[in-house]
Amino acid sequence: MTSTDATLLSVRGVVKRFPGVTALGGVDFDVRAGEVHCLLGQNGAGKSTLIKVLSGAHRPDEGEIRWRGEVVSFGNPTAAMRSGVAAIYQELDLVSGLSVADNVFLGHELSTAGFTRRSDARRRTRELLKRLGHPEISPDRDVGRLSVAHQQVVSMARALSLDGQLLIMDEPSAVLDPDEVRVLFGIIRELTAQGVAVIYISHRLAEIREIGDRVTVLKDGRTVATGLPAREVKTPDLIALMTGRVLDNVFPQRKPVDPAAPEVLRVRGLTDGDFDPVDLTVHAGEVVGLAGLVGSGRSEILETVYGARKAAGGTVEVDGRKLRRGSVGAAVRAGMGLCPEERKSQGLLLDEAVYRNITVSSMSSFARFGFLDDRAERARATTLTESLDVRPAGVDRVVRGLSGGNQQKVVLARWLLRECRVLLLDEPTRGVDVGARSEIYELVRALADSGVAVVVVSSDVEEVLGLADRVLVVREGRVVHDGPADEIDESRVLDLVMEGHAA
Amino acid sequence: MSEDTAAVPAQQTLKAPPAKESGIKALLGSAAGRNTGLVVALVLLCLGGVVTAGDRFADVDNVLTILRLAAVIGVVSVGMTFVITGGGIDLSVGAIVALSSVWATTLATQGIANDTHWIVIVFTALLVGGACGLVNGALIAYGRVVAFIATLASLAAARGLAEIISNRKTQIVNVPGFTAFFDASVLGVPVLVVIFAVVAAGGWVLLNRTTFGRRTFAVGGNPEAARLAGIDVRRHTVMLYTLLGLCCGLAAVMLIARTTTGSATHGGLYELDAIAAVVIGGTLLSGGRGTIAGTVFGVLIFTTLSNVFTLNNLSISAQAVAKGAIIVVAVLLQQRLARRSGA
Repeated sequence: MTSTDATLLSVRGVVKRFPGVTALGGVDFDVRAGEVHCLLGQNGAGKSTLIKVLSGAHRPDEGEIRWRGEVVSFGNPTAAMRSGVAAIYQELDLVSGLSVADNVFLGHELSTAGFTRRSDARRRTRELLKRLGHPEISPDRDVGRLSVAHQQVVSMARALSLDGQLLIMDEPSAVLDPDEVRVLFGIIRELTAQGVAVIYISHRLAEIREIGDRVTVLKDGRTVATGLPAREVKTPDLIALMTGRVLDNVFPQRKPVDPAAPEVLRVRGLTDGDFDPVDLTVHAGEVVGLAGLVGSGRSEILETVYGARKAAGGTVEVDGRKLRRGSVGAAVRAGMGLCPEERKSQGLLLDEAVYRNITVSSMSSFARFGFLDDRAERARATTLTESLDVRPAGVDRVVRGLSGGNQQKVVLARWLLRECRVLLLDEPTRGVDVGARSEIYELVRALADSGVAVVVVSSDVEEVLGLADRVLVVREGRVVHDGPADEIDESRVLDLVMEGHAA
Repeated sequence: MSEDTAAVPAQQTLKAPPAKESGIKALLGSAAGRNTGLVVALVLLCLGGVVTAGDRFADVDNVLTILRLAAVIGVVSVGMTFVITGGGIDLSVGAIVALSSVWATTLATQGIANDTHWIVIVFTALLVGGACGLVNGALIAYGRVVAFIATLASLAAARGLAEIISNRKTQIVNVPGFTAFFDASVLGVPVLVVIFAVVAAGGWVLLNRTTFGRRTFAVGGNPEAARLAGIDVRRHTVMLYTLLGLCCGLAAVMLIARTTTGSATHGGLYELDAIAAVVIGGTLLSGGRGTIAGTVFGVLIFTTLSNVFTLNNLSISAQAVAKGAIIVVAVLLQQRLARRSGA
């Protein structure tokens, strides 16, 4: 760990405490100009806090950050950006309603005597987008109307507009399709060739191998290894470093589905008008995977089955009873549960306590004449969170403070409490680290084994194949394949998923 | 940036039930403790009253006057707390009070009341108020009209309707039983004040101890998550506005009793007074967090302020300036304390 001339950023002994927790307990690593430095760690390991410290959103309590050899203390993100450090967050921080050019120069508008120089901004935005390989994005487009992948490009243009020398990317691939990820990697390679350094965070080890140069592993807010060569280091070693234990088989063993098992979910000719009529039958104990690209209609299918989206035709039956169309209440009463794609905006009451998030769908079972029994709620929630190993423990904690994996466990606990018959999971492991991921897989499998019918939507083909008994592939609003998971492999699924798609 | 700062106090736990703590600690940790800023403000105001007006302020009759004045706007504010906690807003409350008061005091209604029972007046006012709330709620939840606009429209329409019905005349109440009942006292406490206390206590229980209250927090905090969790958000929204409408109807009854009149000018600017009381009480205007105790303190502070100013012969305009200052100071203090209690 010698500081060479090429060392852009050097972090030594950084500590960050929040009331009641030490989020970072001593972090050390160096970033060299022109490298892609990967940060690995489980959720809650301190990655997000570290990013915020580096980008000036939080001040460290102890330790030293050197930028180009000088000790720095960024008071706020703007100061960091002006020095050339820019973070691209998981939840993109763009203002929809404003144009691409306005977003790129937001906070550092090009102006003369208070009047913005719009044509200059447009011209420079066009140059930046061209440099990023996306000349087709118009600087005048409303950012809110762009695809997520394009929004990410705009975020990067924003970082580069300030002559960014270090880009911090927090799980950029989580919201992208495989081909969009390829484009992203192309951009990253061009940037690093120009001497820009990238701190890259991802839970997908394959990506780290493909794009990364060196890896730093965080565990419990500390650096446990740094400067590992990204292409050579062995996967079991990385997982052991992250978890402190050895994981061999990520996916739990499936049990053959009993052919005599009753049909629990029966969907016939369901459509919302945009996707073609879908037939779907899920037996007790069966896990059905829906594979497809973002925008292929897979999430729409799930939401329509749940009644959260108005059906234009078709029927949904649970245990042989037909559900009223477009009524989430009816679906929930019939025993359906949904873990939505956007955990934070659709799944959780972020500022409420863990136990309230768990009991929200089964309140009436804790109430007598409308009066809630708080103590019983807490007790049930405590049992559930303990069995799911939600960390940190404590059902009175505000959900916002939990990591992605633990938030997902809270949403799952909600439906466990209801003992639902049909569980619909939309991207159950997005933003969830490897350790918690296998815990969630095991939980889903255990639920299926206990007779629940499960439907999983995921962009991660490996996940769909590893978890599901049966796989449906959705493309452009149509189910193009339906068959057992062990009769199809990853490349075949990818082929089906992308066939005729932008190729 | 705001997202980031919001994440900082995330490790705090929600107010744990202080049930097992010692008496004093429990008290401080409860309503009064969380409303320290408001309590301090109220105490300072009372001290100011005693210093400047002496015995004229610190007099049982004067205190009862304050409470009687607070009672009417207080009932509206409790209802408003529910709507705001549920992520809404209602600008039409003053107009609903006016319409309810006028409808309940038409000659026809008074005639029926005299022929049967004075309770007819009460039911009429509640029915009119509840119906107005129902219309507001339906417009907002099912018509998808923004709450601000929908209730702005109701404000205009309800007040106009009140003027038409009353022909812009003040309607004197001449129902002896009605006046006698509401003028009475229970153990020295005026009936109006008792009603306010009951509404406030009931409101607290409803918000903090029932599924209805819990759903209100959920709907205000994250309507999409609430919907996907199986809560009927639209129906709940309608119920919230209807509840507020009923509160307005009840406030109208109390106002009729206090002034012995019904008038299209009743309840002027109640919407602003109620929203101000709710907000300085600590309820988030964006929804998801709300406190009945805070609202009650908010109402008491404003009413005491007017009383002290009136006793010192200061103008209404001076009161308005002080009111504005109090709103700002209270909100700033509240934020400071909230941040510290998070640590």
